[in-house]
Amino acid sequence: MQVNFQHMQAAHCESGVTRNLLKNIGINKMTEPLAFGLGSGLFFVYVPFLKINNGPAIAFRSFPGIIFKQTCKSLKIPVRRKKFFSKQKAQLFLDQRLEEGHAVGCQVGVYYLPYFPKEYRFHFNAHNLIVYGKEGDNYLVSDPIMDTVKMLTSYQLERVRFAKGALAPKGQLYYVEKNQDVTDEQMKTAIKDGIKKNVFNMLRIPGPIAGVRGIRFAGRKIKKWRDKLGLPKAGLYLAQLVRMQEEIGTGGGGFRYIYAAFLQEAYAYHPADGLLKISAEFSRAGDLWRTSAVQAAGIYKQRLGSQEDFNVMGDYLLEIAEIEKKAFESLAKINWH
Amino acid sequence: MKKEDVPQDMSALGKITTEVCYATDKEGNYTTEQSRGWDVKITALDVTWKNVEERMAAARQKVLSNEASPLLFFMEKNVMDVSIVAGYTGFWKWRVKRHLKPSIFNKLSNKILLKYAEVFNVSLNEFKTMKVDAS
Repeated sequence: MQVNFQHMQAAHCESGVTRNLLKNIGINKMTEPLAFGLGSGLFFVYVPFLKINNGPAIAFRSFPGIIFKQTCKSLKIPVRRKKFFSKQKAQLFLDQRLEEGHAVGCQVGVYYLPYFPKEYRFHFNAHNLIVYGKEGDNYLVSDPIMDTVKMLTSYQLERVRFAKGALAPKGQLYYVEKNQDVTDEQMKTAIKDGIKKNVFNMLRIPGPIAGVRGIRFAGRKIKKWRDKLGLPKAGLYLAQLVRMQEEIGTGGGGFRYIYAAFLQEAYAYHPADGLLKISAEFSRAGDLWRTSAVQAAGIYKQRLGSQEDFNVMGDYLLEIAEIEKKAFESLAKINWH
Repeated sequence: MKKEDVPQDMSALGKITTEVCYATDKEGNYTTEQSRGWDVKITALDVTWKNVEERMAAARQKVLSNEASPLLFFMEKNVMDVSIVAGYTGFWKWRVKRHLKPSIFNKLSNKILLKYAEVFNVSLNEFKTMKVDAS
């Protein structure tokens, strides 16, 4: 049994799954940057008291699940989302949805994902993929990170759907309940709302560790890592920062390039003054994130290591924070027609 | 980033699939470009796994000198902490912590050991003796 479904590769798993599920119900104007922007995907947070894989907890995107939820909500597309306690029930529910002809999005952990290269298998539980069919004991899987479709046995799929640890997926799945079309008017409103929420998340979210203030906070902390952690550990921390920023699923530059692409696409719907200029600012931020990654690599490759090198690294983040702050402030002032 | 600047350094992922990057064309419009990987990311991953190997070696020493049970070695090998192991086995965290002691570990029933072995994808014998490839 197989649902009519077309696989498309994407840069980021959740916005890719969102686009592919929506395209599948006939919303052809959906693109990955649009899904990312409508879902207010851009973010930054550094949680200093939390450790992930013995390194700092840093994220460049909003909380897992938000992109799909908010994109569909703002386009008024009815979705269903469900978590499970029982593995049997989780499989049965999935089978029934496939039987009804739904392509189903699943949150999974990547650690036991057999087609992932070994080097990439960490206990990262916020990966997303689409199940679009079943043949015997095998599920047909469209993973937006991969260029081709994959197959998982029911045991393999169960294992990744019930991965354990932080953000455990608990078998969570989601799908579009009813096919529906989206008008250009709806898209315009959704773009405006998505941007407004993103402005809030980056500029006005309370506390010092998130949004633009979070970037500045991380920049100040990094300058202290050398003395506080010692060079080897500080190098590991920077490697983790770079992995969160550039690894598969980011589209490069800590999602800043996808967001810049989104603003260009937004301009096609809203030819508002300044939008393209702001898009270029996000490209600049993305470029600077990548420059900072090169600096970080110098440190974890042990080519660099003086306090001055750490200061340069920290200052990059302070500069980025300034660019992104101004960019979001200009976005907040855009005159929507 | 300009389209022609998208790096193409062969990574572990690049052998299996290229990844999508967003980059600008000559007119400054965004488009996508496939990438095989980027040296900066490859070393970030290498450094991380090298650290895991160091932790494994330290754990192996601890097991050999009877300061810890093989469970510690396999936890490091699988990049797991106590709460992840507890999640997969269904044992409570305090029990997992207890099983890290060699004296307690040596008295465990095969049923319990098998549960660990399944989580770590090894056989019972491999689990008890740590005889697995260094990778």
